[in-house]
Amino acid sequence: MHEKFDTIVVGAGPAGNAAAYTLAKAGLSVLQIERGETPGSKNVQGAILYADALERIIPDFRDDAPLERYLIEQRGWLLDDEAYVGGNYRAEAFNRPPYNRYTIVRAQFDKWFSKKVQDAGGLVICETTVRELIFDGDRVAGVLTDREGGAIYADLVILADGVNSTLARKAGFHPELKPKDVALAVKETLFLAPEIIEPRFNVKGDEGVAIEMVGKITKGMIGTGFLYTNKESLTIGVGCMLSDFAAQKIPPYVMLEEMKAHPAIRPLLEGAEVKEYVAHLIPEGGYDAIPKLYGNGWMIAGDSAGLVNAVHREGSNLAMTSGRLAAETAIDLHAAGQPFSAANLAGYKQRLDDSFVMKDLKKYRRLPAALHRSPHFFTLYPELITLAAHQWVKVDGVDKKSKEREVRRAFAGRRGWLGMMGDAFRLWRAFE
Amino acid sequence: MMRVNVEEKLFQNRYKVDAGRPHIQIRDPDVCRSQCQAQQCTTCCPAGCYTAEGNGAVTLITDGCLECGTCRVICTEFRNVDWEYPRGGFGILFKFG
Ligand SMILES: Cc1cc2nc3c(=O)[nH]c(=O)nc-3n(C[C@H](O)[C@H](O)[C@H](O)COP(=O)(O)OP(=O)(O)OC[C@H]3O[C@@H](n4cnc5c(N)ncnc54)[C@H](O)[C@@H]3O)c2cc1C
Ligand code: SF4
Ligand code: SF4
Repeated sequence: MHEKFDTIVVGAGPAGNAAAYTLAKAGLSVLQIERGETPGSKNVQGAILYADALERIIPDFRDDAPLERYLIEQRGWLLDDEAYVGGNYRAEAFNRPPYNRYTIVRAQFDKWFSKKVQDAGGLVICETTVRELIFDGDRVAGVLTDREGGAIYADLVILADGVNSTLARKAGFHPELKPKDVALAVKETLFLAPEIIEPRFNVKGDEGVAIEMVGKITKGMIGTGFLYTNKESLTIGVGCMLSDFAAQKIPPYVMLEEMKAHPAIRPLLEGAEVKEYVAHLIPEGGYDAIPKLYGNGWMIAGDSAGLVNAVHREGSNLAMTSGRLAAETAIDLHAAGQPFSAANLAGYKQRLDDSFVMKDLKKYRRLPAALHRSPHFFTLYPELITLAAHQWVKVDGVDKKSKEREVRRAFAGRRGWLGMMGDAFRLWRAFE
Repeated sequence: MMRVNVEEKLFQNRYKVDAGRPHIQIRDPDVCRSQCQAQQCTTCCPAGCYTAEGNGAVTLITDGCLECGTCRVICTEFRNVDWEYPRGGFGILFKFG
């Protein structure tokens, strides 16, 4: 292949598909390269899809996208070993179209999105791994694939190759990920008949529920668990910082199995049959871990750029938005007859800064450090709060004042008022 | 700690193994054996691909690999993992993901 394209997009996840679709629709020639057998066959997500980001790219996506259930209820649980305290938010507003959040299955969703890219005129080749970038001086001039005669050239290469971003690291665009900046998540898909899912989760038709969990399930590690309803399956998973996994030496699959055995979770999974077990990294270093996003002849989008909002469990929407903004930057330069130089591509960073992507990441800039400094949020506090709830609910002849005293003593004894104030302050600053 | 057989989990998955061409390799097995105290790859790998042998050695079999990248990222001290994606089309094939 000695053809030259306007643009090459590496990766067919949400970032790459958003970029390739936007470019192709605007009439630029696009070659998209994906290593999986089909788009999605390498990709993992919870998976909650946030409609807004996709709507800005494909406004009528609801007509044919493979969507599982739309979420009408969000549950949040704080778990101790054998108990949980939780809150639900369920709103009829979420039960009226256009729906705001959906569960999806990535293997199917990515394939659908890729079909849209092809319909828009993008050329997509799968089963092809890009090995490295080709340089002409300091300008990225193309990619080298593992196919025979695998050099392909373009004026612009958009890297949307996901969290491991082997290409950007080899090119020296960013250093190796640090274990404290990346979470490892494991997850399973379990089949369960809709007739069982619906009464069990108090939903009907295409309604769905998402449960996010924090507490003892992560064994003191910084992390969260989740359980989502699909049409005919459930997905359950847990993710923690890699630095914590390395220090505590608890295998991730053991953590997942113990979580599934928790008395609050086990009944929800009863009768469900495990169909797949997957693992994936999530870049959770936040704003301060974002690498350089563009250079001469290249831009980087999505997970490979570290664009994940861990607090709100958003990643795919940041990926789609950054992919779209990268494409729009290129489209404008192309229309103006301007080269894809580093100076011109700085417009991409500007667009990101002006969008929710950077604004949100900036807002939570302090959170990763605050959590690393106060791991009590994941161990001690869930324990103390469930203890307080237990005392509140249990009727046992002990007077309420004594109960209150016991709860207060437990809090002060286990962490100390100063320690708790410090934690609260750090958390408040991080969310400020 | 609960005993969990990870092979049983991996058995549910679909793979197209690139026989004889492992995409991940330990650069210097001696470093694992005689220098690496923590051997964190043996507990962090979500597919149990790294095994701590009784004699201090660590062996790697990539057939069940989920291509997550963990082993590369956590080998911080010795950078002893040579990590690539499999050839296009090979490796894990997620049905759901
Ligand atoms: C367990 C889990 C739960 C999550 N839950 C949510 C959620 O509920 N909602 C949400 O919004 N986000 C969630 N996320 C985050 C979300 O999945 C990611 O942010 C999103 O997938 C990033 O998209 P991307 O396109 O940047 O990368 P990816 O989806 O990883 O896509 C990268 C693509 O590039 C391909 N590729 C990589 N290297 C090469 C190469 N060298 N040559 C060719 N192709 C290559 C890959 O095969 C892949 O298709 C979750 C993540 C995990 C792991
Ligand atoms: S962590 Fe690295 S050096 Fe240590 S045993 Fe594993 S591969 Fe070898
Ligand atoms: S990439 Fe992930 S699954 Fe594969 S060997 Fe490394 S840690 Fe294990």
